[in-house]
Amino acid sequence: MTERATGRTTGRPAEPTTGRATEPTTERTTGRRRPVRSYTLLAGCVLAGLIVLLALVSLVWSPYAADDTSGGRLAGPGSGHLLGTDKLGRDLFTQVMTGARIAVEAGLGSVLIAAVLGILLGLLTAFAQGWLDDTLSAFLDILIAFPTLLLAMLIVAAHSATLGSAVLAIGLAQSAVVARLTRILVKRVLTQDYITAARTSGTSWPRTVAQHVLPNIWPTLVVNLALQFGLAVLAEAGLSYLGLGVPPPNASWGGMLQEAQATFTTAPAGALAPGILLVMLVVGVNLIADGLRDTLDPTTRRRRT
Amino acid sequence: MTLLDLSGLTLRTTDGTTLVDDLSLTLAPGERLGLIGESGSGKSLTALAVLGLLPEGITATGSVELAGTQIVGAREEQLTRVRGRDAAVVFQEPLTALDPLMRAGRQLAEPLRRRHGLRGPALKRAVLDALERVRLAEPDRIARSFPHEISGGQRQRVALAMALACEPKLLIADEPTTALDVSVQAEMLDLIDTLVRERDMAVVFVSHDLAVVARIADRAVVMRQGRAVEEGTVLGLVRSPAHAYTRALVGSARRLESALNLGDPR
Repeated sequence: MTERATGRTTGRPAEPTTGRATEPTTERTTGRRRPVRSYTLLAGCVLAGLIVLLALVSLVWSPYAADDTSGGRLAGPGSGHLLGTDKLGRDLFTQVMTGARIAVEAGLGSVLIAAVLGILLGLLTAFAQGWLDDTLSAFLDILIAFPTLLLAMLIVAAHSATLGSAVLAIGLAQSAVVARLTRILVKRVLTQDYITAARTSGTSWPRTVAQHVLPNIWPTLVVNLALQFGLAVLAEAGLSYLGLGVPPPNASWGGMLQEAQATFTTAPAGALAPGILLVMLVVGVNLIADGLRDTLDPTTRRRRT
Repeated sequence: MTLLDLSGLTLRTTDGTTLVDDLSLTLAPGERLGLIGESGSGKSLTALAVLGLLPEGITATGSVELAGTQIVGAREEQLTRVRGRDAAVVFQEPLTALDPLMRAGRQLAEPLRRRHGLRGPALKRAVLDALERVRLAEPDRIARSFPHEISGGQRQRVALAMALACEPKLLIADEPTTALDVSVQAEMLDLIDTLVRERDMAVVFVSHDLAVVARIADRAVVMRQGRAVEEGTVLGLVRSPAHAYTRALVGSARRLESALNLGDPR
């Protein structure tokens, strides 16, 4: 809102008072078409992009097989192993690559579940009235208050410790957050005059939502979903650390951290490698979220250019 | 024949506060009616009630008949059909009445597309025509602009073009000039006057400003605290106001006008 307020006070060409006097082409009009440059976004893309690249490469190539224990146990970096080996003699770089893939999958999967479920639920609660609104809102509040870890343990207990269960648990927990945000955003947009204006000209509700409501809440929502991606990656690492995520021999960063904990003083690479990559991915995604916030909204674009 | 017939319209909030009390008025096709009153007198709500667009938590009783359709208690699909076709609204604040994330041309295209079934180049042509009709210079540039990139007066003209795009029988203007500079205000009033005259449209002009209403409307209803306190021709109201509140309105309008005569040699 503050951007809009400042936008209003910036120099504006005077209203043509008579006839069809042509206004001078303002910098504003030309500036609008200049591509948006955000170094935050760029830095985020580089950091997260490296991890995604690692994940993609792991699909087709890795230096060793996942269960190859031919290397010496706890070998240091070098010696044919870029990052060394773990206590079973497996190549750490191979594990870190698999871990990258699992982290990205966990993030994408959780955010997809959270987005679809959350936005639908949020729209429903925003349009619901009376007891339905109260019930749904109370349900969302309970879901938000419910610890993600506990929810994950329940789902893992009911199914098995797989990436799918972990993603489902994280996605469900996050969908409540997304739903509540969507509800607030939709409610706020619905009070705007342009919604009433669209309605007075006879636009139906579904069309109003598609044309005016969703595009207006989208920038805020996308930024939040990017943040949720980072949180999901962290949550998956936490679950794997507790043994509730991906089962071995698949290496997840959380699992690697847990395994390397006992030998950290003698072989720190085993904990440092997944730790640093985890931080890179989460920080990268958060920077992307910040960058998106500045670039997505056309009313703030002008300030940057 | 009447275009709009309000009888016994009462608007209440859920906690029982009465916002508009037993309001009755009629409007013939092509007639221009002013709705005058201070803020909170219920004039804007009355305008919204005509299209069944009351904010959440306000309920209407009584009868609102717009071009033969009963609005109070009507189903949503029925209302959607009536809106735009029978009546359209221009709002007070032109910045918020346009979607900030949609280019002006696209917003204007929406009612044109729906009302006239236009597509592609024909639709684009119609958008530019509509912008030209509200006397906007450079319709091309305006169509490509986001609402925050054009001035308040230009925005209000776009909003007016959107309301007129549906070719409604009734134009409801809810303080359309209040948020504008005084110089732009006069132009806007002239524009509304001309466009409405060309199309033989009926107008309900909502305002707190007697002088503004006098420029557009033939007849006026004065509202105070949800009630119509006086009704008559604008000329009659100005010459011989019967109600104390109308007298106060006329008095303050005259005082403002006489302020301009201070420098005159007497």
